Amino acid sequence: MLIYAIITLGALGLIYGLGLAFASRKFHVEIDPKIDKINAVLPQANCGACGYPGCSAYAEAIVEKGAEINLCAPGGEQVVNDVAKIMGIEASASDKKIALIHCQSGGKNNTFFRYDYQGIATCKAAVLVTNGPNLCNYGCVFQNDCIEACHFDAIYLDENGMRIIDKDKCTGCGACVEACPRNLIELVPYKQRVHILCSSHDKGVEAKKRCGNKTACIGCGICVKKCPKDAIKLEDNLAIIDYTKCINCGICADVCPTSAIFDPLKEVRAKKKAEAKKKAEAAKKKIAEQKAAEKNPNK
Amino acid sequence: MDFIAKIFAMAIAAIFVQNFVLARFLGLCPYIGVSKKLDSALGMGMAVIFVMTMASTFTWLIQTYLLIPLKLEFLQTIAFILTIASLVQLVEMVIQKIAPALYKALGVFLPLITTNCAVLGVAILNINENYNFIEAILNGLFAGLGFTLVLVLMAGIRERLERAELPHSMKGMPIAMIVAGSMALAFLGFSGLKI
Repeated sequence: MLIYAIITLGALGLIYGLGLAFASRKFHVEIDPKIDKINAVLPQANCGACGYPGCSAYAEAIVEKGAEINLCAPGGEQVVNDVAKIMGIEASASDKKIALIHCQSGGKNNTFFRYDYQGIATCKAAVLVTNGPNLCNYGCVFQNDCIEACHFDAIYLDENGMRIIDKDKCTGCGACVEACPRNLIELVPYKQRVHILCSSHDKGVEAKKRCGNKTACIGCGICVKKCPKDAIKLEDNLAIIDYTKCINCGICADVCPTSAIFDPLKEVRAKKKAEAKKKAEAAKKKIAEQKAAEKNPNK
Repeated sequence: MDFIAKIFAMAIAAIFVQNFVLARFLGLCPYIGVSKKLDSALGMGMAVIFVMTMASTFTWLIQTYLLIPLKLEFLQTIAFILTIASLVQLVEMVIQKIAPALYKALGVFLPLITTNCAVLGVAILNINENYNFIEAILNGLFAGLGFTLVLVLMAGIRERLERAELPHSMKGMPIAMIVAGSMALAFLGFSGLKI
């Protein structure tokens, strides 16, 4: 009895095993070993930033369809180099890009609202109700579509309820760009420092009146004139930086009358300038005193 | 005519009255796990129909011509699992070779079916109910159809639930469980049906 059981089960296993071995020979599908190798170096976030459904699909596309190897945003340079090594071609790293929210309304606490929105808690629904709850027709509506879309927890709320992107966590996958119904989010080069943080196409006075922070772009065009590289252009009352030309000089941020252009170094520069002015004045004063002393040596 | 009537009764029983998921509570893992999207639910359903039919065929043959003559019925479970696992593996290989598009669409669901207790359930039930060969195959087919029906219904409901405004504590799994329970109650309505 026991012998029968062992023999039967063993025989079944053996037959199945042989059958499968035979089938795997017969139905063998040639898969390029490079696909597995590339798939192994990809970050496996399956975010879709490359334009393919997932990491394995992208690996396949690289090998079989000759897709560009620098499309993986989360992987960055490291992955591009690794993939280049596997494929045996030169690495051409794309500049790392991160997301930027083009609105600095000052957060939920500062923004002016037309009404209190209590509907479905998504941005897509909020913008449908009489053009959104906030007074500015172009600004953030303070639901959390971008935060929910982010795979990497890179977007957080500051104390005023403003959505802030963590530069180091952001991988530039672009999920939030697609999620924002007002198209406020754009992928910008990581090295870029100077940004226009307004999306309002309203006329100057209107735009400023509606912005909670009073930092709307009023379309005055001073930055366009002052830019040494012609990198800023005015479109429908809104200045836009061409990131391929911008050199991060920050002159536009200095001249902007409404502080709609953001440059983290602006205050540092202003401080330096003020100090230099103070020094110059002090030096002038000293010279004047010396001259006065020379004139009246008796005193 | 008698045969056709019997088959019809079997179909109604397997699909509605004794539905594998909602009346027998078999295969609950894919029922909850793969019912988030309609497309994948349909793909999984198709794969299950195929595997259930094949498994019914082979397990019936093994039971009748191998285990019973050797008086080894106590090996039923392990022998069936072995058969189902090998079968799924074989099906996967064949599909990958013959229909790569279908293989991609089914993706991870194919190997998942190996561990689907509904497949083993239908194989064992075929034996317990003393079905003959044709009946066993058809029962497998109908059981798969019933599974697919419920899976697709569930996926349709859950797709709509995604957009519904729910209390935060109810989002996701809790509401899915409640829906599953309600569906089981609804299917209980078929239990008086006799043909």
